[in-house]
Amino acid sequence: MAKMTMVQALNLALKQEMEKDESVIVLGEDVGLDGGVFRVTDGLIDQFGDQRSLDTPLAESGIVGMSIGMAVYGLRPVCEIQFSGFSYLNFHQIESHAARLRWRSQGQLHVPMVLRTPYGGGVRALEHHSESREVFYAHIPGLKMVIPSGPRNARALLVSAIRDPDPVIFFEGKAIYRAFREEVPEEEETMSIGKSQVITKGKDITMISYGAMMRPTLEAAVELEQKDGIEAEVIDLLSISPLDDQLFIQSVNKTGRAMVIHEAPRSFGPGAEIVSRIMEKAFYFLEAPISRVTGFDVTIPLFSREMAYLPGVQRIVSAARKTLST
Amino acid sequence: MPRKKIDLPYQVEYLSILDEKGELDEKLDPNISDEYLLKLHRAMLLGRTFDARLLNLQRQGRIGTFAPITGQEASQLGAVSALRPSDWFVPSFRETAAELWRGRTMESVILAFGGFSEGAKSEEKLNNLPVAVPVASQVLHAVGIGWAIKYRQKDDVVMTFFGDGGTSEGDFHEGMNFAAVYQVPVIFVCQNNQWAISVPRSKQTHSKTLAQKALAYDMPGIQVDGNDVLAVYVAATEAVERARSGGGPTMIECVTYRMMMHTTADDPKRYRTEEEVEAWKKRDPLPRFQKYLKDKNLLTEENINGLEQEIKDEIQTAVENAEEQMKAGGDPLDMFEHAYAELPPNLIAQREELKQELAAMKEESNG
Repeated sequence: MAKMTMVQALNLALKQEMEKDESVIVLGEDVGLDGGVFRVTDGLIDQFGDQRSLDTPLAESGIVGMSIGMAVYGLRPVCEIQFSGFSYLNFHQIESHAARLRWRSQGQLHVPMVLRTPYGGGVRALEHHSESREVFYAHIPGLKMVIPSGPRNARALLVSAIRDPDPVIFFEGKAIYRAFREEVPEEEETMSIGKSQVITKGKDITMISYGAMMRPTLEAAVELEQKDGIEAEVIDLLSISPLDDQLFIQSVNKTGRAMVIHEAPRSFGPGAEIVSRIMEKAFYFLEAPISRVTGFDVTIPLFSREMAYLPGVQRIVSAARKTLST
Repeated sequence: MPRKKIDLPYQVEYLSILDEKGELDEKLDPNISDEYLLKLHRAMLLGRTFDARLLNLQRQGRIGTFAPITGQEASQLGAVSALRPSDWFVPSFRETAAELWRGRTMESVILAFGGFSEGAKSEEKLNNLPVAVPVASQVLHAVGIGWAIKYRQKDDVVMTFFGDGGTSEGDFHEGMNFAAVYQVPVIFVCQNNQWAISVPRSKQTHSKTLAQKALAYDMPGIQVDGNDVLAVYVAATEAVERARSGGGPTMIECVTYRMMMHTTADDPKRYRTEEEVEAWKKRDPLPRFQKYLKDKNLLTEENINGLEQEIKDEIQTAVENAEEQMKAGGDPLDMFEHAYAELPPNLIAQREELKQELAAMKEESNG
């Protein structure tokens, strides 16, 4: 086991999958010689050559459209869109084709591709480099939408995404690319896509989050325990679609109180779906309204104000206290 | 005849007037007025000096990421100086020198790179669009403005900027096609600086030139030495005159070089050689133009030193003003400003929610 950042863990997943299967091809802007602007594809060109770590011209729609063709032919493309804020140019290829070819061809064709892309705020970036628009993809039938929260699960989920027979959108939180290290085993690890995890057990309130927001959520849970003696049950969704509601429904049945934390804007955000599931399946167990701690319904501000936009520990703690006092 | 050559009435022209040694092709000298030449020189020097100061501020953590323009002063200023103020300017994100020419203040640039949306504010109404980060997306906006100018029967023109990488995007091709179909008054300026982050021009497109992309749309395309401010000015002036007189769009490819990193978050040593950078330093647009001005007895080394000091002082004032505003800190509640013409009820409620949170946090930190 080695202690790795999420960048290194993702790199390990790509390297090992490329070693195992020559149909795995990495492509995108600056993924070859430069090793990706965040270095996730670092060294792949040296080990596998420029045909398997393919620098493309600057065209997001081109990258994704071509990946679809490669996947249809039987390859396993893992394309990188440099920032999710630029992924709107490839959106129509994802919505119109990647997500539908299996259905359109009545199962004769399928698109086993992965679209990796950094998302989220908190790194003092320029405009278009900080948003969190996972719902755009989670809303599309035929896609899977995965968001890891740390090095170890990022590695395992990426391996599973590459082997998945359907297209997977894989969001990587920029704020946690290098924020902390975890032990990541050299030997293969996979994780089921569409399965959430209980991170800390508790009986008082269910806190549901994912991705880069898991850090402030877990910190808030510690603060609630230390200052208020509250035991929060924290759930990491890991996949937004398919959404695993089993664990959080079980949890709410026990705690009777729930909150959802995400940095995406509130209205029509992932929280809306999660809250609906709770209302549908755990309504009679609820003892308080479910709260959402989220980004606001405005464009994420430039970095001097972004910390006021992003849910932080204090915002999460006070929302939890409010929920608990009801 | 089953098979014959279609005779297309165009080719790609290359223009260079002032070569890298500062030697002038006198036949092509555009005879720009002394005053305008000096104004251009000052703008180039300002662009270069401001860039160095921004880099310094970024390295000290006083501003965030930005995209340097050093080496591309002639390419952007030669082009934009062919416009008149009522014309429209539609930049990408590496045209800081051109933005200053078009009336943007240095304070606003520093504020924007410092993470303050106030950097987009302007006291006067300028016919400039703000920086567009998604590559080549702005090209289509220029075409829309051009169409509207034609519809309103005005004689203004639009100039849009993009890079070599931008020519790979669909938006670029759609923009070029629309502009040619509607024969709108748009000048497409490609700053071919040889690198799209780590991808060299040779891997960006298989075409021999970028200017030839114009031919597919039956639009005049010209390649110029982008480090020769006179050549860029001449090509831009011709294109502007053609557009203004109803002759439709033009594409200009300025062959230049990104002397610095893509942005301050990038390390070019990973993908390009020091020799290449050194070779391009010899083609620097600034010394050759200064030699030309000295040969014309318009400039002395002393003048240059004096001008540099004057520019540094101006920059210093701008930095101080911007930092004063940044230190005061923007009100976080301003993130709700300009979301809509009129703030809808859900946002009024969210604004109030944030206000209370901030007040509670302040109380907690005081208590």
